[in-house]
Amino acid sequence: MAFASALHCRECGREYPIEPNYVCDFCFGPLEVTYDYDAIQKAISREKISDGPMDMWRYDDFLPVSRENAVNLGTGMTPLLKADNLGKELGLNNLWIKNDAVNPTYSFKDRVVSVASTKALEFGFETLACASTGNLAGSVAAHGAKAGMKTLVFIPADLEYGKVIGASVYGPTLVTVNGSYDDVNRLCSELADNNPWAVVNINMRPYYSEGSKTLAYEVAEQLGWRAPDHVVAPLASGSLFTKIWKGFNEFAKMGLIDEVTTTMHGAQAVGCSPIAKAYDAGVLHAKPEVPNTVAKSLGIGNPADAYYVLKILKEGGGAAVAVPEDEVGEGMILLAQTEGIFGETAAGVVVSALKRQAEAGVFDPDETVVAYITGNGLKTQEVVASSVQPINIEPNMEAFEAKVNITS
Amino acid sequence: MASRRVKITFPEVLVGRPLVYNLGSKFDIVTSIRRADVGAETGWVILELQGDEEEINKAIIWALEQGVRVDPIAGDVIEG
Ligand SMILES: Cc1ncc(COP(=O)(O)O)c(C=O)c1O
Ligand SMILES: [Zn+2]
Repeated sequence: MAFASALHCRECGREYPIEPNYVCDFCFGPLEVTYDYDAIQKAISREKISDGPMDMWRYDDFLPVSRENAVNLGTGMTPLLKADNLGKELGLNNLWIKNDAVNPTYSFKDRVVSVASTKALEFGFETLACASTGNLAGSVAAHGAKAGMKTLVFIPADLEYGKVIGASVYGPTLVTVNGSYDDVNRLCSELADNNPWAVVNINMRPYYSEGSKTLAYEVAEQLGWRAPDHVVAPLASGSLFTKIWKGFNEFAKMGLIDEVTTTMHGAQAVGCSPIAKAYDAGVLHAKPEVPNTVAKSLGIGNPADAYYVLKILKEGGGAAVAVPEDEVGEGMILLAQTEGIFGETAAGVVVSALKRQAEAGVFDPDETVVAYITGNGLKTQEVVASSVQPINIEPNMEAFEAKVNITS
Repeated sequence: MASRRVKITFPEVLVGRPLVYNLGSKFDIVTSIRRADVGAETGWVILELQGDEEEINKAIIWALEQGVRVDPIAGDVIEG
């Protein structure tokens, strides 16, 4: 059952009914879903959650739609793996990797799109849409296919071919837009305001973003009903980061875990680091910039939730870290070669930020640290192409023995 | 009558300029400020622009030419 009670403005607090709306009429602040927590408290228990389905919908009491109607490709309950090899490298005895690269369309976006598409159907929309540079496009196209909806996906015209195919295979109407990043942004935003579409990250955004809370619920449950001491997660719009925080705190509020003392660390690549720059400057508003980074999935120069991220960092003692561009690929390789997990550029950013924080002595060696890997490396292979160094030999034993020296 | 909701971000050199006033006087549109934060170095204003679709477009293009940034209120809408 769904306990969502209203949308409320994060700036002025005004309340609105549960409708396809994302902005406060009065102050133009962003809207967020609120719940009837007393009712949730009566309905929820650790046992009830444990008995639920083995996917993100086991937490539907905390989502704005219930699982009976869910557009579900089997998203969530992804592995939380103890990362002993990487931990050893970094001097951490309790390092964990949340591997969300193994979702149905290979990124955490399936969580948010699963919620958004379910809500869109409930509202009676026939068209599911988004503007994306890859991960979101694939997820929207796939969920639209499953839900029997028309899908409409806008992408910048210069996107890598691999990502274009990764979305088009599900049969959306795919629109490639010529123009600068800002041009594409303005166009998509105007189109969203003037058409009867469920644009998952615009007019469905309050519902969409709630899906990311399941990243916190799963980790808390998988750790044995507790929040970690530290989280390292990527920052683009900042939505995922703020929702992980919200998720842990909701669990604590419902008595499912103890009070949350988690320190949150956000990771960006230098080439698009408006939140890290604001953090360094000690201000709560990020200055928009033009993204120029290999971590394209994190290339949001004007992040909608920057202010809320910076507030969490200020109040909870966390940090936003910008990693140099050449450390993005290095982070991907470090993760692959220590833990056998091939994450995309956003993962490289997270692992390098984790490494920097570890080297700076931010973590106590025995503290529980969780790093979120949110997308699959097969989507951004170019970045680590230099790691391909095959040894070419003639088909005989002598050639093998002369040239091949197996190192670890 | 159309209406457009935008966020205008000012760089340091433009903070002192009467940009919002000029938008309303140079163009046949009504501007209404919903939220703002203007400091010594940078600032932003969240505005509603009301008027003819074409007049709003002209006003936004003019504002961009003055060197400010004009974005949809929801921030960047293209996600990774
Ligand atoms: C793989 C990956 N990780 C993280 C993010 C960041 O998400 P958010 O915009 O919620 O900060 C994105 C997309 O934007 C993404 O594609
Ligand atoms: Zn408001």
